Amino acid sequence: MPRVVVDVVLKPEISDPQGQAVLGALGRLGHDSVRGVRQGKHFVLDVEGTPDEAELTQIAETLLANPVIEDVELHLPKG
Amino acid sequence: MRIGVTTFPGSLDDVDAVRAVRLAGGEPVALWHGDHDLEDVDAVVLPGGFSYGDYLRAGAIAARAPLVQDIVTRARQGLPVLGICNGFQVLCEAGLLPGALTRNAHLHFRTRDQALRIERADSAWTRDYEAGQRIVVPVKNGEGRYVAAPADLDRIEAEGRVVVRYVEGNPNGSMRDIAGVTSADGRVVGLMPHPEHAVEELTGPSTDGLGFFTSVLEQVVSA
Repeated sequence: MPRVVVDVVLKPEISDPQGQAVLGALGRLGHDSVRGVRQGKHFVLDVEGTPDEAELTQIAETLLANPVIEDVELHLPKG
Repeated sequence: MRIGVTTFPGSLDDVDAVRAVRLAGGEPVALWHGDHDLEDVDAVVLPGGFSYGDYLRAGAIAARAPLVQDIVTRARQGLPVLGICNGFQVLCEAGLLPGALTRNAHLHFRTRDQALRIERADSAWTRDYEAGQRIVVPVKNGEGRYVAAPADLDRIEAEGRVVVRYVEGNPNGSMRDIAGVTSADGRVVGLMPHPEHAVEELTGPSTDGLGFFTSVLEQVVSA
């Protein structure tokens, strides 16, 4: 069954305290090369039939993400 | 006056909200999330809690419930709606109010008595206050940080949509100390603090919250 992946992250202008907490932990573990962390959500949708890009875009933008504060990326199966 | 109070799986403060409505002199009407029946109520309160376990985003699933879709339709026609805490999150998710509520800046759940300033005393839910009045009601949230893009915040401020603001300390990092906002017509109000927990001397830090519930009664009578 075709698998569609949707990634959701907070917009750059919205501060991400969870990502900052992860960054702080990385610093304490000595991983000084990591200079920024943004935490997001990763959805995996199993879709029956050929995925309808318009429908999936609507799902991503109206339910999976809140467009007021989040950006969304839709990854359709290759081919 | 019949004031509907919604209950979702995970609602916590619906009983307190019903009690606040009754103490204010209104007739509370229980509304179940799966119903499509607003029971001819004159106003609606969406109380706090963790509807649907805060899954996806706080308020996101509840905002798509049949009952809320009906509330959105009626609100756009002028039905007064008050969203408290999780109810505020639902109203933002449903698109009735601008902005969004996200994880507190310090990542802690914060519970305390909170001082607020009433910025707008002409909304359907704040008419019994004076503009600039200081009130104290409980605040209790983990995802109560009010956010929006800077340009949207400028617009919200310019349009006078900020109803209440945190004073004497911001409990969650809300941008511009915003604790509550209103719709353009002033009939839909959402706030993170809990006026329904401050309606009796015995159980609250004050009775300052009662004004939200008495204000709407006058609004309904005059409408």
